[in-house]
Amino acid sequence: MNRKHTFLLLAMAICVLLGVQASAVTALGQAPGQGQKPIQVITPIQSDTTRTLSTLFSPATSEKKAPDSKGFIQRWLVLEPIKKDIARNNIFTDNYLRNTIYSNNFSTDFLIVPKDGAKTKVGDRELKWYALDSKIFNFKLYRFAYAVNKPQNGVLFWLVTVINCEEEIKNLRLSAGCNSAGMFWLNGKEVLMLSGDRDMVVDNCTSSRLTLNKGKNIIRGAVINGPGMIDFCVRFIDEKGLPIKNYTISCE
Amino acid sequence: MKMKTAGATTLLSLLLTGTLMAQVGRPFIHDPSTIVECDGKYYTFGTGSGGLISSDGWTWNSGAVRPGGGAAPDAIKIGDRYLVVYGATGGGSASGHKGSILTMWNKTLDPNSPDFKYTEPIVVASSDGYEDCDAIDPGIMLDPTTGRLWLTYGTYFGFIRLAELDPKTGKRVEGNKAVDVAIVCEATDLIYRDGWYYLLATHGTCCDGANSTYNIVVGRSRSITGPYLDNTGRCMLEGGGKMVVASGGRVTGPGHFGRMILEDGVEKMSCHYEADLDQGGRSVLAIRPLLWKNEWPVAGDNFKEGTYEIESERRGYALELVVDFVRMPRTMRGFGQNTNEPIKPVPSQELSDVIHTWPTGNINVRIGDYMFRPHQKWTITAAPDSSGYLGGPYYKIVIAGTDRALAATADAEVVTVPAFTGAPEQLWRIDQLTDGTYRIMPKVVPGSNKKLALISIGDSTPTLAEFDMNSDNSKWNFKAH
Repeated sequence: MNRKHTFLLLAMAICVLLGVQASAVTALGQAPGQGQKPIQVITPIQSDTTRTLSTLFSPATSEKKAPDSKGFIQRWLVLEPIKKDIARNNIFTDNYLRNTIYSNNFSTDFLIVPKDGAKTKVGDRELKWYALDSKIFNFKLYRFAYAVNKPQNGVLFWLVTVINCEEEIKNLRLSAGCNSAGMFWLNGKEVLMLSGDRDMVVDNCTSSRLTLNKGKNIIRGAVINGPGMIDFCVRFIDEKGLPIKNYTISCE
Repeated sequence: MKMKTAGATTLLSLLLTGTLMAQVGRPFIHDPSTIVECDGKYYTFGTGSGGLISSDGWTWNSGAVRPGGGAAPDAIKIGDRYLVVYGATGGGSASGHKGSILTMWNKTLDPNSPDFKYTEPIVVASSDGYEDCDAIDPGIMLDPTTGRLWLTYGTYFGFIRLAELDPKTGKRVEGNKAVDVAIVCEATDLIYRDGWYYLLATHGTCCDGANSTYNIVVGRSRSITGPYLDNTGRCMLEGGGKMVVASGGRVTGPGHFGRMILEDGVEKMSCHYEADLDQGGRSVLAIRPLLWKNEWPVAGDNFKEGTYEIESERRGYALELVVDFVRMPRTMRGFGQNTNEPIKPVPSQELSDVIHTWPTGNINVRIGDYMFRPHQKWTITAAPDSSGYLGGPYYKIVIAGTDRALAATADAEVVTVPAFTGAPEQLWRIDQLTDGTYRIMPKVVPGSNKKLALISIGDSTPTLAEFDMNSDNSKWNFKAH
C-alpha cells in the first residue's frame, strides 16, 4: 500500500535526469527562480536491520491461545510469500483476486492445517510454513517477509489458523482489514473478500452471519500486495459489532 | 410512490442547479500546503519546488517559490515570519522509506520582495528506512492554547508520528521523542477547536488520476498526543477515521488537508483533487467551505450555480421582489363535490403570467412566504469578470428568466435594478458558514468601506449590516425546488 511515492519520485527523477526543470515547474504549478539547494538528508544514527522474527513475533506454542483483549486473532500459520509481478496496488479487482489467489493455491483442501516448519510447493517454488504469534493486534506480513529474507513487495501470503470452541457460537461475523487486498474462508467456505487497494483498518469488512462449530474451525486467509506495507487483522464480532472472545486459537 | 417522488425531486434539482466550479487560472498542484496569506496575496506550495499564488483567492497561477524539492510541504505564519516544512523525499519504496523532514523560515513569501530569502533548511525528523515510519508529508500546527508547535509526519509505511518543534527556531525541541498517533494514512494535519485536537489524514490511493481513491478522514482527542478516535470510537492507530471529504461531482481523490479560519463562522479547507475531469484530469487545488457538524469537521460544497429560493434562516421566509402578489386560479373545491372527476395538474405560475404587472425601474426586495412564484426565484451565476475571493467567484443574482439584478445601495439597503451591468455593488460573495447556512455579501457597498452582509432585520425586511455568526438574521439558505 504505497501509492503516492513511486510515481511522484519517478517523475521527479526523470525531470532531473533530462534537465527539464522548467517543464516540471510549469507542470506542477511552480515558478522558476531560486535554485534548489542540496537536500540535507539525515544519516540514521542506528538502524535496526536485523532480520529477526522476535521483534514482532514469537513462535506459537502447543498451548492454546486466547484472542487479545479486543478479540484479535494473533496466532497464524504463515506460508513464505509467493512472489507476484505487481507494480501497483490498484489492480485488485474481485476477478483479479479470485483468479490470482485460486491459481496460486497451495491446496484445494481448505480444511488442511499445515505443520509448523513444513514445506509446501506452489507452482515450482517450495515454501515454508511458520507458526507464529504476533505481538501486536495486527500481523505485519511485510516484517515477517523481511525477517525470513523473502520478498516484501509484490507478494501473496497464505494464512491458516484454528479456532477452538467449547460450544457452537451463532450469528457472529468474521471481521478483517488488510493491506492491500485479501480473501478469507471459514471451514472451507469463502466468507469474505477485501478487494481494491485497501488500508489495514480494523473492522474494514465483515462476513455475513456465520456459525462457529463446537470443536475445531479452520480459517484460511490470503493477503496480497504490490509495493509497500502488507499486513492484516482479523477478529470475530457479534451482532452489535463487539468482539467475541470465548474461544481459543491453535495451529493444529 | 415514495421512489417516484424522490426521483422527480432529484431530476428537478439537476435541472435547477448548475456546475460546481473549481479554482480558475492554472491551479495545478499536488499536495498543497495550507494556504497562507502574505501582504494581501495567498500562497500554497506543492510537491516539487514551487507553488501557486493568488491575489484574490479564486484565480491561481504558478509563481510561489520553495527550494528543497521533495514532497508535500506545509506552511504557517508565526509572528512576522513564515515557517515552511517539507519532506526531502517522496517516500515509498523508491526512497527506501528513508526520509527526512526539514524546516526553513522566510520573512516574506513574495519572491519579488527584497526580503525574500529562505534560511538554511534544518532537519527536524527522519526515518531510517527500516523502522515503521517513512518521514514524509509534514503538517504543522501552532497550538492556540499553549503556543507549542507540533509536527505530524509519515505515510502508509508504518506510523504517523507527532513531534514538537520550537516555534522560535523551527528546530526540534531538544529531547522530544516522537509519539505514534495513526497508521495507514498520510498527509496528516492537526487542527484545534473547542477543546478538541483533530487529526486530519488522507486515506486511499494516490497518484492514479481519475482512479485515485484518495479521501480525507479525521479523528479527535482531548490530548495533543492522542489517542485520536473516530466517530465510532475506533482509534486512528487501528486505521480509524471519519470522512471529511471524498470524490464527487467530476473531481476525484481529495487529499492533503489544510484549514483556514477567515473569521468567526467562516472557515475554508484546502486540498488537492487527484483529478479534475473538467481540467484534463489534472491534479488541481481545491478550496471548500469547512463545516462543523456535531463537533466534527466536514467539507461543505462550493456554491453551485442555479436557480434557487433564497431563504432567510431567521424565519424561513424567502427573498422576493416587492411586487403585487398575482393570484393563481382558485383550485379549492367545495366539500361534498364529486371526487371521481379526472385529476388534472395545475400549471405553475410562469414569469410571463406576471412580469407585465411589475414596474420596469428599480424594484425593492423584501422577505415573504415562499410560494414558488416568479418574483421569488433567483438565478445565481458566476459574474462574467472572473473576480473572486478565497474559494469562490463573485456572483450575479437575478430574478430567474430576467436580467433584473440584486444590488447594494449607498444607504446600505438592497434593491433590484432592471439590468445587470457588472457594477461591483451587483456582485455578491457567497460563503457557506461552519453550520451549513450561507452568508451573502455585496462586493462593495457604494460609498462605503464597510464589509456588510445581507441581513434579515425583520421577518420580512432585508438590509445590509455587519455579519454576526451568532444571529440567524445573518444567515441564508439556497433551496433548489
